[in-house]
Amino acid sequence: MSESLQPLTGVSVQVCGLRKGYAGQPVLKGIDFTVERGEVFVIMGPSGAGKSVLIKHIIGLEQPEAGQVLIEGEPIHQPGVRDKFRLAMVFQSGALLNSLTVGENVGLYLSEHRLRKPVEIDRIVSEKLELVGLTGVKHRFPSELSGGMKKRVAIARALVIEPQLILYDEPTSELDPMIAVTIGGEILNLKRRIHVTSLVITHDRDLAFGVADRVAMMYDGQILAIGTVDEIKRHPDPLIQKFLSANFSPINHQKSL
Amino acid sequence: MFQNVGEMLVLLWRTLQALPMVFRQRHKVFDQLFEIGNASLLMVCILALFIGGVFALHTGTELSKNGLSSILGGLVGLSICKELAPVLISILIAGRIGSAMTAEIGSMRVYQEIDALQTMNINPVHYLVLPRVVAIAIALPILVVFAVLVGWFGGALVAVFNEKIAISFRAFFSNLRDVVDMVDLLNGLFKTWCFAVIIGVVACHQGLVTIGGPRGIGRSVTKAVVNSIVLILILDYFLTRLLLYLE
Repeated sequence: MSESLQPLTGVSVQVCGLRKGYAGQPVLKGIDFTVERGEVFVIMGPSGAGKSVLIKHIIGLEQPEAGQVLIEGEPIHQPGVRDKFRLAMVFQSGALLNSLTVGENVGLYLSEHRLRKPVEIDRIVSEKLELVGLTGVKHRFPSELSGGMKKRVAIARALVIEPQLILYDEPTSELDPMIAVTIGGEILNLKRRIHVTSLVITHDRDLAFGVADRVAMMYDGQILAIGTVDEIKRHPDPLIQKFLSANFSPINHQKSL
Repeated sequence: MFQNVGEMLVLLWRTLQALPMVFRQRHKVFDQLFEIGNASLLMVCILALFIGGVFALHTGTELSKNGLSSILGGLVGLSICKELAPVLISILIAGRIGSAMTAEIGSMRVYQEIDALQTMNINPVHYLVLPRVVAIAIALPILVVFAVLVGWFGGALVAVFNEKIAISFRAFFSNLRDVVDMVDLLNGLFKTWCFAVIIGVVACHQGLVTIGGPRGIGRSVTKAVVNSIVLILILDYFLTRLLLYLE
């Protein structure tokens, strides 16, 4: 990652023939797609489709069995390439360091890489926490926060990096609808403000259709379709239509009784 | 266990390479030092007191039967500083501190905190392993110095108050001074320092390779403690051979 923390623009991402399996079970069965600079690209799909494994490959936490991930044309798994770009990830669980306070968590990137003075880090931390609707929690520990608050702290921690590529793993799970809208708005704000490339993994159809420039539908380790929101909504594939039209209604509930 | 030795050596090498970063991580080193010292000093002193006592009791009663109780001080002093304190205190610390290190790093691995560090380009070896290995490498020899002193005192107490041995403090420590020299103490501390590095590296390695949920953490903790103890005992033999050769 670049350590100067100067504003940079988004990066392009190319995923080519990515394959991965665990204990002989294929999880990713040849994934191909491209994300343009500054684009908000959403990957939707049911649980167990391999979305989280895919996102870990994109940020370089996992090694593929075959295929590669290119950031600005450079393979992320090659030594030194990851350090060239400023990447951030918002984990589904938040993945906050439980031994640090909220403020220390959010400012960790700046303090560990010594990019700002402590006073300045404190100001930036407050600013980012306020942005995600959290005030007065800086000195609390993650164990004292609700699931939704942890997720917002994780988003604030990612924002501090001023990333070129930000990966969101289920950013609105565990959040109430109002905060989910705020998070969706922040994804778009970042795109406008620093032209960051965003890759969002979600089940949340409202979020996906609200923020996406393009959507990819993933099922059983494969990409079924890629297109704009309208193209995906009108896609004839029955699996996609089943996923998009799944709704719980009181009538269904009464029938089941 | 031995299949992991290669990985542990790699981790040790990366930790040694990261040593120039230790000043940047000094706050974490101090935190760990406090943690190790605070959690262990009392336990170490109690253990050492009774090790010295029981060793004096066994050897003292046998020696006094043959009229050799005057050499008890040297025997207890040498055994404690060269062997008993370094090995037993290291085993105690492997169980008490090594297990805590593995549990902490293991839960960080399981709950994706280490993944989060990596996405922020923060090297887990610099951030997590280096402060712990440096802290235990400093703290354990200090604890062993305490243990040696308390162990000698424990041995002396038994030598004085046990009616079958019944030698004076002065006689005990006079013989101890004649027999034990600084080189013996340094031998013990060198071994302790090697054991400390083993405990730190084994504990951190097991934490970093933890998989699964809470059960995985439990498994890693058990492996870390068992592997540390086995490696300490094996290394103890070879280090003793080496030190005897050098003498």
